[in-house]
Amino acid sequence: MRLPDTLQYAVSALSRHRIRTVLILAAMSIGVASIVILTSLGQGAQRYVRGEFASLGTNLVIVFPGRKETTGGAPTMFIGETPRDLTLNDAQALKYHYAVRRVAPIFIGQAGVSYGGKEREVPILGSTTELLRVRHWRLSQGRFLPKGDINRATPVCVIGAKVKRELFGPENALGEWVRIGDRRFRVIGILASEGRSIGLDVQELAIIPAASAQMLFNTPSLFRILIEAKSRESVPAVISHVEQTIAERHQGEKDVTVITQDAVLATFDRILGALTMTVGGIAAISLVVAGILIMNIMLVSVSQRTAEIGLLKALGSPRKQITLLFLTEAFLLSAIGAVIGVAFGHAVSWLIGRAYPDLPLGAPLWAVVSSVVVAIGTGLLFAALPARRAARLDPVEALAHR
Amino acid sequence: MIELQQINRIFTVGDQQVHALDHVDLSIQSGEYLSIMGPSGSGKSTLLNIIGLLDRPTSGTYLLEQHNVTSMNDDTLAHTRRNKIGFVFQFFQLLPRLTALENVELPMVLEGIPPAERRQAATETLNTMGLGERLHHRPDQLSGGQRQRVAIARATIMKPAVILADEPTGNLDRHSGKDVIELLEQLNKTNMTLIIVTHDPEIGLRATRQIRMVDGRVMEDNHKR
Repeated sequence: MRLPDTLQYAVSALSRHRIRTVLILAAMSIGVASIVILTSLGQGAQRYVRGEFASLGTNLVIVFPGRKETTGGAPTMFIGETPRDLTLNDAQALKYHYAVRRVAPIFIGQAGVSYGGKEREVPILGSTTELLRVRHWRLSQGRFLPKGDINRATPVCVIGAKVKRELFGPENALGEWVRIGDRRFRVIGILASEGRSIGLDVQELAIIPAASAQMLFNTPSLFRILIEAKSRESVPAVISHVEQTIAERHQGEKDVTVITQDAVLATFDRILGALTMTVGGIAAISLVVAGILIMNIMLVSVSQRTAEIGLLKALGSPRKQITLLFLTEAFLLSAIGAVIGVAFGHAVSWLIGRAYPDLPLGAPLWAVVSSVVVAIGTGLLFAALPARRAARLDPVEALAHR
Repeated sequence: MIELQQINRIFTVGDQQVHALDHVDLSIQSGEYLSIMGPSGSGKSTLLNIIGLLDRPTSGTYLLEQHNVTSMNDDTLAHTRRNKIGFVFQFFQLLPRLTALENVELPMVLEGIPPAERRQAATETLNTMGLGERLHHRPDQLSGGQRQRVAIARATIMKPAVILADEPTGNLDRHSGKDVIELLEQLNKTNMTLIIVTHDPEIGLRATRQIRMVDGRVMEDNHKR
C-alpha cells in the first residue's frame, strides 16, 4: 500500500466520525497548547528578570563592605560585621585600573525632604555624577550631580518624579531650595519616571553629592560601591583589582564582598529555568491523558469496524498493514492536534503578551518541539495496543460481525 | 488447481469439540463451476473459508496451484489472497464511506497500484457490469443488486484465479439474484474458477459440478456432462 493511500484511507476513516475526531483533536491540542503557554510564561518571566538586570547596568560589579562567609557554628552576631568601613577614598582608589570605566560610591539613608510646609520621608542616595550612567537612569528635567571634587559637599539634589509631584505639584521645581534633614539643597534635576530598577523605586528618591550625604548622615561608611567594567570580559580583572586594592588599603584584609551582576542573574536564570521546566512537565501530563483518550477511541473504533477489518483481510491485507492503518490514524490525530495546539498556544500567549506588554513572552523552541514529539509519541504508543488487536482479529469472525 | 487432502477443521465451543470439516478430500480444476450445498452447519462456509485462506485447517494439506498453503506465513497468505482469490459475500461488505469506484479500487490500493492505473481498471470493470452511471455513488445510494455487482467488480479487479461466493444471492430478490448469478457465470466463462456456496437448489443446480455436504463431509459430488 502506498503512503498517500494509507494517509487517505486514515483520513476517510477519521472523517466518518467527525465529532469524535474533533474531540480528540481538542484534547491533544489543549495539552500541547498548555505546554506552549506555560513555558512561554516561564520564558517571559526569565526574559523580564534578565531585562530588569540589564537596566540595572551591564558589566556591573558591586562591592559591599564586610566579608560574608558562612562560618560553621560561629555566633550569628559576628556574621556580616564590618571590621572596616568602606570609604569615599576607597572608592577613589578603585578608579585607577584599565578595566574600570566608572565608579559610583553610594551612601544611603532615610530623611525627610520638605518644601513649603510639605514633607516626604524618602530614601536619600549620596553619590557622584557617575551614578546616572552606571545605573542607566534618565532625567526628565535639569541635570544630574555635577562633576568635580568628590569631597566637596555641594548643596544640590536630584529628586524622583513622585517626590517632585508631591512637593511641587505642577509647579516648577528646578532651582528651588528644599530641606533634606537639617540642610538645604537646591533642586537641579528630576529623574524620569519610567526608570524603575530592582529594590529601589526611582520615583521616590532624592540624590545628593556623596560628601553632602556623608555629612548629613554623619558617617564615613559607604553602603556600596558600583563599578562598571569596560566589558563583560574584563569583569574578572575588575574583581581581582578590587580585592587587591582593598587589601592594600585595609592592612591586608580583603574585608569586602564583591558580587557581579552576572552571578545574581545566573541564579535567577537557574530558578526560573527550573520553574519553566516544571510547569512544562506538569502540562506534559495532559498529553498522556490525551494519549489514553486516543487509545480509548481506537479500541472503540476497532470494535466498531470489525467487519471492515475482516474485509481488508479478505482482500489481502497482511497484519502489519492493518497495524499501520490504525497507527496512521493515531498519528494523524496526535500530529494534527499538536499542530493546532502549537498554533493555539502561540495565539494565547500573543494575547497575554498584548495584555501585559512588560512580559516578553515567547515559548522556547525546545518546549514546542518536545511537546509535538511527546504528543505524537504518546499517540502512537497508546494506539499500539488497539492496532495490534485489530491486526490479530480472526478474519472469519470479523466478517461475521455486524 | 485446488487440492484438499484429509482436511479437518475442529472448533472448540465451550468444552465441546465441533468437527466442522471431517477428512475432506476435494480436487478442483482450473475454470470449474462448482456449487457447494448442504444444510446450515454442514461445514460448507468453513470449507469456503479454508479454500479462501481466511481460515486454517486443523490438520490436512491444502495445495493451491501446487503450493502448499498450510505452511505459509501471514504475509504470503495475504499476498496470495490478494492476487489469486476474489470474495463475494452475502452482505456485500462494501465500505459505506467509499464510492462504488473506490470500493472496487480497494484491492489495488492494498496492492500499491498507482492511482491512475487502478482508476482506469475499476472504471472499465464497472462499465462492463453496467454500472458506468453509478461510479461515484456510495453503497447506500445503490440497490441490492447493484451493490452486489460492485462487490463482484471488486472481487475480480485483481484478475483472481478463483472467485468464492458465499450465498451471493441470499440478500437479494429473485430478479437481481438471477442477474448476479448470470454475471458470475459470465466471469466463469473467462476461465475464472467459480465456487458458490448456497442453500438455494435452483442456483446450486446451475453449476456444472455440485457438491453436497452433511456434517462436515462431502456426501455427493455430481458432475454435469
